[in-house]
Amino acid sequence: MAIRFDKLGVVIAAIAAYAAFLAPFATFRANRIVPGEGRLILDALPAVSGPLLLALVVVAIVVALLKTPLAWRLVVSVVLLVALALAIGMAGGFLTPPGNTFARVSPASGFWLLIFAFTLLLADVLTRLELSPFVRLAVLLIAAVAVGMLLASGAWDSLSILKEYANRADTFWAEARKHVTLALGSLLAAVVVGLPLGILCHRVEALRAGVLNVLNIIQTIPSIALFGMLIGPLGWVALHVPGASAIGIRGIGTAPAFVALFLYSLLPVVANTVVGLAGVPKAANEAARGMGMTDWQRLSGVEFPLAFPVILTGIRIVLVQNIGLATIAALIGGGGFGVFVFQGVGQTAMDLVLLGAVPTVALAFAAGIVLDAIIELTATARRKEAVA
Amino acid sequence: MIEIENITKRYDKQTVVNDVSMVVEPRTIAAIVGTSGSGKTTLLRMINRLVEPTSGTIKLDGVDNHSLPDYELRRSIGYAIQGHGLFPHRTVAQNIATVPLLLGWDRERIDERVDELLKLFQLDPADFGPRYPHELSGGQQQRVGVARALAAKPNVLLMDEPFGALDPIIRTKAQEDLLAIQKHFGTTIILVTHDMEEAVHLGHKIAVMDGGKLVQYARPAEILAKPASSFVETLVGSSERPFRLLSLGRVGDAVEKGSAEGEAIPADASQRDALAELLWTGKPALPVKDTDGKALGRVTVDGLVKLAARPA
Amino acid sequence: MKVFLPAALRIVLLVLLVAFIVYPGWFEPLFKPLTENNAPAIYNQGSLLSLTLQHLGTVAVATIAAIVVAISLAILVTRPFGAEFLPLSRSLVNIGQTFPPVAVLALAVPAVGFGEKPTLIALFLYGLLPIFENALTGLTTLPANVVEAARGAGMTNRQKLLRVELPLSLPVILAGIRLSVVISLATATIGSTVAAKTLGEVIIAGLISNNLAFVVQGGLIVAGLAVFIYDGLMALERVAARRMGQTVS
Repeated sequence: MAIRFDKLGVVIAAIAAYAAFLAPFATFRANRIVPGEGRLILDALPAVSGPLLLALVVVAIVVALLKTPLAWRLVVSVVLLVALALAIGMAGGFLTPPGNTFARVSPASGFWLLIFAFTLLLADVLTRLELSPFVRLAVLLIAAVAVGMLLASGAWDSLSILKEYANRADTFWAEARKHVTLALGSLLAAVVVGLPLGILCHRVEALRAGVLNVLNIIQTIPSIALFGMLIGPLGWVALHVPGASAIGIRGIGTAPAFVALFLYSLLPVVANTVVGLAGVPKAANEAARGMGMTDWQRLSGVEFPLAFPVILTGIRIVLVQNIGLATIAALIGGGGFGVFVFQGVGQTAMDLVLLGAVPTVALAFAAGIVLDAIIELTATARRKEAVA
Repeated sequence: MIEIENITKRYDKQTVVNDVSMVVEPRTIAAIVGTSGSGKTTLLRMINRLVEPTSGTIKLDGVDNHSLPDYELRRSIGYAIQGHGLFPHRTVAQNIATVPLLLGWDRERIDERVDELLKLFQLDPADFGPRYPHELSGGQQQRVGVARALAAKPNVLLMDEPFGALDPIIRTKAQEDLLAIQKHFGTTIILVTHDMEEAVHLGHKIAVMDGGKLVQYARPAEILAKPASSFVETLVGSSERPFRLLSLGRVGDAVEKGSAEGEAIPADASQRDALAELLWTGKPALPVKDTDGKALGRVTVDGLVKLAARPA
Repeated sequence: MKVFLPAALRIVLLVLLVAFIVYPGWFEPLFKPLTENNAPAIYNQGSLLSLTLQHLGTVAVATIAAIVVAISLAILVTRPFGAEFLPLSRSLVNIGQTFPPVAVLALAVPAVGFGEKPTLIALFLYGLLPIFENALTGLTTLPANVVEAARGAGMTNRQKLLRVELPLSLPVILAGIRLSVVISLATATIGSTVAAKTLGEVIIAGLISNNLAFVVQGGLIVAGLAVFIYDGLMALERVAARRMGQTVS
């Protein structure tokens, strides 16, 4: 049988080969802000593990390069990702001189490229397996548990990002709570206001263009400006409306961030509600009317259920977008993971930036997967009903 | 002339076209009929190599169609498909000019040809040339589709259910147009259809396909009179058979001596139309006249009924 | 949305926007009420005009690069040669869009340092996705009989791509570019947190000195630019689509 190459495998193999043999695996720095020096895999890991990791990478490259069964590719990519996760922790312990609390070890380009290459392989396998929504959720859960266990086991404790965390453990969780509250709370508010507004826009055509235009224009205002612009009005409300400051409304801080996120969230919710309702088949609507349903019964029994997957898509957009935008809140004292990002940028301490950015990306990523799965579940449930 | 020799197409284990051989004489129309999945479209698409055969050869005027690159081959063969496939971003004139442009004709010659074709299809060049396809009616779009296929004066025209998307009245008109065009240019046409009526009406010869095999390839009268298998018989439709047979003949060939009362039937009308007229008026006979209005004799119900019987 | 802004209003706003960028001093009385303690009402740490031009320049460079790369990639994965990459590229786009722009920006800093570069990278990567996604949609949802007709007429693969497939996908691709530009215009302001010269500087200066006038004028200029560019690209899209008898929603 002739040897056949996998085209994606060629790309993965090229990235992995470069990353494993030519790029630095970890960066060592004498303290947290001096420039670091790169270390190749063999220099970054203790005697046996270095060559072992390289051997694993070579095997994985061969499997990726050739047309191999999906199961092999799945096993290889998972094994490599786990090995890399363990190895980078090991490198931290190995490179840090004993007793030295200033020295920092962080993952370098080689590590990130290897992660990228094998995540690509894994993503390709998972895409081609066409997993059902439930299985996708299970995979996400397993990945989350695995990362949690690695964190809890202390295997990564010698890495710089976790040293930054150790210095800020309390604030980290406080900011995390704020971040999630901001993202979810503003989403909730947007759904409570946006759904009725969308239904209204669907029913009253005169309103539709006007409302959507205003919401569209709000979207074009850069986030930092919108956050900033709300400081003034909210500060005025706090001063002049009795009781407002008691419930937490202030010129700076969480309130303007919350309002800004809420305003950004309205467009996707309203627009998708309108599109979803407009997409309800005319026949279904006519049939409902013909059977004597009242307007309300038609909305709740026919239109809304049929439009639901589209509305959920809007909610997915909002949630993912809000998790990202909530980082900006830090600029106006609103808290969230952005605090670490901007502090890190200010101090040119990249590990601190990562401490803010990595959880944000992970959160947005997980939210995207979960909502995609839910959307698919509601859409397939609907199709099954339609067939039955 | 198109010579198809032992052509076979297999996808994995499924044989879509199975060892088909047939010859289409120059300047004739061959209609390929079959149910969906019979392999008729695949057979057609192997002629201009939109599908590559697994084995066998196809020769056009004695030349193997693999002797030149596929895109050059296709430029020399007209191709019209169901739903016209016009380029929505190009005007009618630009659409028709597609192949001449690919062949590198000069501007003047292209413009001339486009005008000629539009006039031939009864579309005013000044009015329709600059329009976009979505600004035309279904029948007009279909005519432009055929005009585009004929633009580079191909000797061979392949048509895949070209009239499938048209309503019955426009379809009849389009069929008449096609017959006139075919006479005008002397093009060899292979036409795929699932409609036996259309095949009988247009085809000089009919090829019936079933399950990838060529079941029968013969003149329409023979297909109707001597169906080669029960499949062909079903396709012909036993209740329609006598009328289809009549539709092949002209009234001029059924004239008897004598005279009759009533409105005269033209000699070039089909025998089927004459029988319908006789039955509708309730008369046993009607006079027949030629194109100049000269009386030729009469046509009778009895005479037509005899012609509609299975030939010996 | 049929008409984003009525024509007359559009012209007035455009004139106002340009006048403000070139002669911001004329508008001082408007912004005075937003300041406290006699703070300057108009941005005084640099020229608004040059910041606007730098802002637009950064967005333009990133967007042009994103257009070239995104369309090339979309063409590649829709050819038989690259078909193996098609499913993966779809999931990558899906995953990529969950990355927050701030994170992309912040993560680019360690790789290339402060200034324009991380901003360009973030804008490029973030702008890539909507264009790629739309180009993919355009190239994979072409009417089958039109593509078939192109092949049947004897077009080579290259001719088919350039004369039929790309022109037919144009309205959808333009919509992707429009989305990408509007996102980039807003995201570029965040670039000023890593020392890129954009209109974000004005907003951040306002946030730092607690000067609402700066925040508002920075925000308004960016929003105004976005609205007009959105509007202009929308008009282009409509022209491209109308020829084919489609309508742009």
